[in-house]
Amino acid sequence: MITVEGLTHYYGDRRAIEGLGFTIGAHECVGFLGLNGAGKSTTLKVLAGLVVPTAGSVSVDGVDLVSASASFRSRIGYLPEDPPLYKEMTVREFVQYCGELKGMAAAEVRGRMDEVLETCQLAHVADRVIGELSHGYKKRCGIAQAIIHKPKLVILDEPISGLDPKQIVEMRQVVRGLARSCTVLISSHILAEISETCDRILVLNGGRIVASGTEQDLAANAAGSGTRLTMVVRGAREQVERALAGVDGLGNVELHDEPAGLLRVHCSLRTDEPERAVAALVAAGVAVRKVQGDATELENMFLALTKESLS
Amino acid sequence: MKGVLLVARRDFWAYINTVWGWAILAIILFLDGVFFNFYAVGSTPKYSAEVLRTFFELTGGFTLATSVLITMRLFAEERQTGTLVLLDSSPLSEMQIVLGKYLSGLLYIGLFAVGTMYMPALIFVNGKVSPGEIAVGYAGVMLMGSAGVAIGTWASSISRNQLFSAVISAVVVVFFVICWMLARVIDPPFKAIVSYVAFFDRHFAGFQDGRLNTEAVVFFLSVTFAFLLMSTRSLISRRWE
Repeated sequence: MITVEGLTHYYGDRRAIEGLGFTIGAHECVGFLGLNGAGKSTTLKVLAGLVVPTAGSVSVDGVDLVSASASFRSRIGYLPEDPPLYKEMTVREFVQYCGELKGMAAAEVRGRMDEVLETCQLAHVADRVIGELSHGYKKRCGIAQAIIHKPKLVILDEPISGLDPKQIVEMRQVVRGLARSCTVLISSHILAEISETCDRILVLNGGRIVASGTEQDLAANAAGSGTRLTMVVRGAREQVERALAGVDGLGNVELHDEPAGLLRVHCSLRTDEPERAVAALVAAGVAVRKVQGDATELENMFLALTKESLS
Repeated sequence: MKGVLLVARRDFWAYINTVWGWAILAIILFLDGVFFNFYAVGSTPKYSAEVLRTFFELTGGFTLATSVLITMRLFAEERQTGTLVLLDSSPLSEMQIVLGKYLSGLLYIGLFAVGTMYMPALIFVNGKVSPGEIAVGYAGVMLMGSAGVAIGTWASSISRNQLFSAVISAVVVVFFVICWMLARVIDPPFKAIVSYVAFFDRHFAGFQDGRLNTEAVVFFLSVTFAFLLMSTRSLISRRWE
């Protein structure tokens, strides 16, 4: 649905992005990861129709950014990191204005207003002046303006930055709700947030995409040796070591004593199949209390991917 | 056209829903009234036409001052607060955005002009001037205001902050106002060019006297068109940076 091919942009002589290419399917929620200066903002600006790329093409449902820019922009909803808001307006007035700005008829916007306010959890502050609202509500107003015209692609730049924990939980609900009606592209430096809300991740570094896939795919790529696993088991140390030694593709086993006769086992699996390790332990008479695939966390994975690329 | 009116409505609404918008209007109207009393009416007997001419000269000047003050926020403020992205990411063309902004400024100038109408009404009641003379004078005020707003729109479109925008538009407007003085010290052929673009001396004077001059109408509309076109180009160029 969203197709990006050979996307390149230069600011003068400085290259911001080069040769980006990816596709995003309908109703996918894709996370965009990258260090500062990786070219994230430039890519988002191009996708939002704010900047014309130096080379390459972007299309949404076949509508091209350069040859049909107005039509392209009407298919995009964009929320920058600092939500663009007219603070003297009420939430309802602002969303109405933005809807009409995106080409909707006034009556059509009014007809969709309640649904959008509900989706963004703004219904109870709809008639309050935006300037008086908290940062969390302002972010949601920003999302409301981005989705009022039923865009095909919603781009959210750092949607949870500056929010408190309660607001983060609420924002996650809002973002998950969005993916039911459109495609969502989220850029965030909070890696856990990407992990929490996105189906797929694109990692950008030095103006290029260095990795793409689910968190598990990326973890496997980054670790090289597959998935890291932590288990808490009850059994004799020798019994556990013997059981795990027979599991194909399992290595780097570390055992640590835990209180109440438990053992914490850290190991790595070549493939993402922790059930094989669990089956071997159970067959050896070891009780398995907890299994957690944790060792290649998103942060480590991200650093590994960007480090590889830099080197 | 719908998009133009939408932008114009919001911007005009922003003028009249802030203390700032009303404060500028009140101050300029107050100053216009005071100057009218001292300079146009004065303490010595005058012909009604002379009072009306001075009134339009003063009001023309205050119109240009108002256009500088109100247009500085059109794009520069939106850029400062980050709301320009709403317009940039909308399906509206750059020309529609510029026209909408310009129209809101022109409406504000119209509001100012309406606020001054008690003064020619006093001349009309107490003296001998025709409604036609007054109407032509106001046509001149609006045409010159249109040029002033277009200059301010352009200055705002190329500025990152409002102060910078106000300074640029003030410099350009002052240039157009004092051209007649510059023409005195410049040699031909530039003398003729500089003399021709003088707002008051060359083009507005006819309106003050109640004469509708086609050349002056075309001149002010041309200045308006040229600066709106430059504003549009300025917005388009930002997409290609």
